Amino acid sequence: MRIGVFVCHCGSNIEGTVDTAAVARAALGFPEVALATDAMYTCSEPGQDAIVQAIREKGLSGIVVASCSPRMHENTFRRAVERAGLNRYMFEMANIREHVSWIGKDREANTNKATELVRMAVEKLRRNTPLFSNKFDVTKRVLVIGGGVAGIQAALDCAEGGKEVVLVERESSIGGKMAKLDKTFPTVDCSSCILGPKMVDVAQHPNIKLLACTELKSVGGYVGNFQVELRKKATYVDWTKCTGCGQCMEKCPSKKSEDRFNERIGVTTAINIPFPQAIPKKAVIDPASCRHFLKGKCGVCAKVCPTGAIDYEMKEEVLTEQVGAIIAATGYDVFDISKIGEYGAGRYPDVITSLQYERLLSASGPTGGHIKRPSDGAEPKTIVFVQCVGSRDKSLGRPYCSGFCCMYTAKQAILTRDHIPDSQVFVFYMDIRAPGKLYDEFTRRAMEEYGARYIRGRVAMVYPQGSKYIVRGADTLLGTNVEIEADLVVLAAGAEAAAGAPALAEKLRISYDPYGFFVESHPKLRPVETNTAGVYLAGSCQGPKDIPSSVAQGSAAAAKVLALFSKDKLESDPQISRVDIKRCVGCGKCILTCPYGAIKKIDFRGEPKAEVVATVCQGCGICTSTCPQGAAQLAHFTDDQILAEVNALCRF
Amino acid sequence: MIKQLAYYPGCSSLGTSREYDMSTRAVCELLGLDLKEIPDWSCCGSSPAHSFDHSLSAALSARNLALVETMGLDMVATPCPSCLSNLKTSSHRMQRETFRDKVNLLLDKPYMGSVKSMSVLQALIEQVGTDTIAAMVAQPLTGLKLAPFYGCIMNRPSEIMEFDDPENPTSMDRILTALGAEVVPFPLKVECCGASYGVPFKDIVAKLSGKLLSCALDAGAEAVVVACPMCQMNLDLRQKQLAKPAGVNFEIPVVYFTQLMGFAMGLPESRLGFDKLCVSPALLLSRTLAAAS
Repeated sequence: MRIGVFVCHCGSNIEGTVDTAAVARAALGFPEVALATDAMYTCSEPGQDAIVQAIREKGLSGIVVASCSPRMHENTFRRAVERAGLNRYMFEMANIREHVSWIGKDREANTNKATELVRMAVEKLRRNTPLFSNKFDVTKRVLVIGGGVAGIQAALDCAEGGKEVVLVERESSIGGKMAKLDKTFPTVDCSSCILGPKMVDVAQHPNIKLLACTELKSVGGYVGNFQVELRKKATYVDWTKCTGCGQCMEKCPSKKSEDRFNERIGVTTAINIPFPQAIPKKAVIDPASCRHFLKGKCGVCAKVCPTGAIDYEMKEEVLTEQVGAIIAATGYDVFDISKIGEYGAGRYPDVITSLQYERLLSASGPTGGHIKRPSDGAEPKTIVFVQCVGSRDKSLGRPYCSGFCCMYTAKQAILTRDHIPDSQVFVFYMDIRAPGKLYDEFTRRAMEEYGARYIRGRVAMVYPQGSKYIVRGADTLLGTNVEIEADLVVLAAGAEAAAGAPALAEKLRISYDPYGFFVESHPKLRPVETNTAGVYLAGSCQGPKDIPSSVAQGSAAAAKVLALFSKDKLESDPQISRVDIKRCVGCGKCILTCPYGAIKKIDFRGEPKAEVVATVCQGCGICTSTCPQGAAQLAHFTDDQILAEVNALCRF
Repeated sequence: MIKQLAYYPGCSSLGTSREYDMSTRAVCELLGLDLKEIPDWSCCGSSPAHSFDHSLSAALSARNLALVETMGLDMVATPCPSCLSNLKTSSHRMQRETFRDKVNLLLDKPYMGSVKSMSVLQALIEQVGTDTIAAMVAQPLTGLKLAPFYGCIMNRPSEIMEFDDPENPTSMDRILTALGAEVVPFPLKVECCGASYGVPFKDIVAKLSGKLLSCALDAGAEAVVVACPMCQMNLDLRQKQLAKPAGVNFEIPVVYFTQLMGFAMGLPESRLGFDKLCVSPALLLSRTLAAAS
């Protein structure tokens, strides 16, 4: 083998603390190295051309580039090597930037370490073999999980791009959190008026198959060829017959079902269509409060339904779908404010969440858009908003900023003064975070035009006194305690991961952070991809987001899916595991440890053996370190290659 | 079955809160909790020690905990939340090796860290239970409206005290309910009474304690039930001092929960010390007796 080594300066990023010329000189002494040189920017066009030229002119058969992390430029250099006629896997990278120059200042020590890393890369490259991808077909259908605004946007964009979409939603209607909002910031336009048409588009689009009351059961397969199982919950109403007329709701005698759409302010009927603009507009029976299910008799809805849609015997169904890509858009949940004992939510009826307040403001809400206290129905005159409840609070395990609470609190302050002109509005805040287009101006309007009184400080305690609530807090600008007699206390509850998010992530084989939010492939450069090929993210499931960002991410995820589906065939990654059948003793340990279910047991002349399913293997290498026989080997990272690197490092 | 616990009375028990100590011993005896007083126990150092030097404060507590180890017991109960706070904080800090070595250097006998400290309230809830308490009631406190007041340090900070809810505790509520009393919703149950500021800044205590009593009256309480000698003193002894800033002439009994337990279980008043209280609960209690008979 004739190896060429290119040591990159990365401007001054590496050269500043590493003597790259000395590294290159040392590399010339390594086995089979025919050429070693340093360059200002190896990744630039002239830098890449120098590699291509060297391969052609010096007859090189393998290349080592010592520069940045392979996550940054491995693909760049593999393509360059390929342009010169070599196999793209006859290339190795030594990371002397993130692992050397950026973390140490001692030039001599850094130069030595960089030299060692290059030596390791050379030793590995000497044992590289050309690898080749396989091609396989793509199923050009996409599954979108979650029908909030992010999922709706992703579904519509994919459908407009001519691809079939399966949109699943676990509630009985799409719309998500946005459908519950009265108005949106910073334009104060009606939320359901701008979301409603999009929801109708979903229902009417010929390319979208909408499955409400449905959850993901399992996912098998791989990018381009996923098989998903969906669990369609029993709604006890035949939706092919239900017209959404609502007569059943009018006559239902049981009004004890928790009203999830109205954020549990009050109760609703056991048979229910959650809101007038619901899509699909179909009724669902809640067996937990339905008299038919509790007492075995009633049947009023079945009697009044003009189309005979009620079916008390309905069972849940499992559906299967074939898709080529999946977009997770499962949103977020509101922090449980009753966890903060000193604010008394749960004990005091007039301490509510901002989303509950949104339902009080909404014309289609339980109070018809009139702000009334849950306890006695009176119109509150003094309303205190408390920001950062369940956000930026380490003691609650919620150290992150939810990002949108400052804005919706300003909006609610404005709307409060619109609804009740003689009201007084106080807002306790830590900082105002309003870094969006027209956002800061909006919070200023709440203060300056609408007279909301902003108090910088935390609230220590809320307790009832007569029919009022004493809100005690600190005004840290004045350096004093404040006590406000409030009629209603609205807690700006932060966002947390949706219930069941970690379980869903495990089904999708994607990562989630300690709080349950899904992890993107790169926080800046791959914000909607995951580390599992073919699975994308949109909206707040990736982290708290406001509507504009959720919509943008929905479109971004759709763009990624459309790009994926623009190819008729996909190439598999050849860096996967293989089992040497002669060495395998059939112990099955690799089958147990493989996180992707990519290894199966086979029978080989009467002996049990392990076999890797090439299309499912993700090349993580867990099986190779599990196998007691060394029979499982990961292509491009074989035991021989890794030991060669270790020997190169430990040769003294 | 009789359960043995080491008992750390604390200095207040020898003076201002003798009725708390008396009633605690009487009630525990009746309920089968065998309280073994720590022989030769010493003061926990109270607030002065820990505000001056953490290792001194820890050593004072650890001396008593080491004595419990000598007794062969692994649990100690104390009626006083301030003592409890010092015992628990010391044990917590002494989990750190460097701090433990520093403290043990000050002691004749090192503390090995094997003792769990708890309040008498916690011992009654966890070692006896409200079912047993309810079964022992001889004259239920029917009709008595009570505001349970836990004080500010009994359950806080929760990661050290490790008992009940730090913001809305209910253990005393449950005991009083088991005695047949009516517990009124009392939102200020974990507020500060002003504590030892009663000496240097009387006006602060007058304001804070006055607010507590007003709130209890507003909630419809006929008596405030406490578990802390300091709170009891501020709320009971100072009622005349509180009257002016609050604009109310208070006349509301402030009793220890152990006194009410003993009363409901038919223990003789000589063992409960109601006569030590400034505002007498006699009228209330005789009403309960009359109602029961």
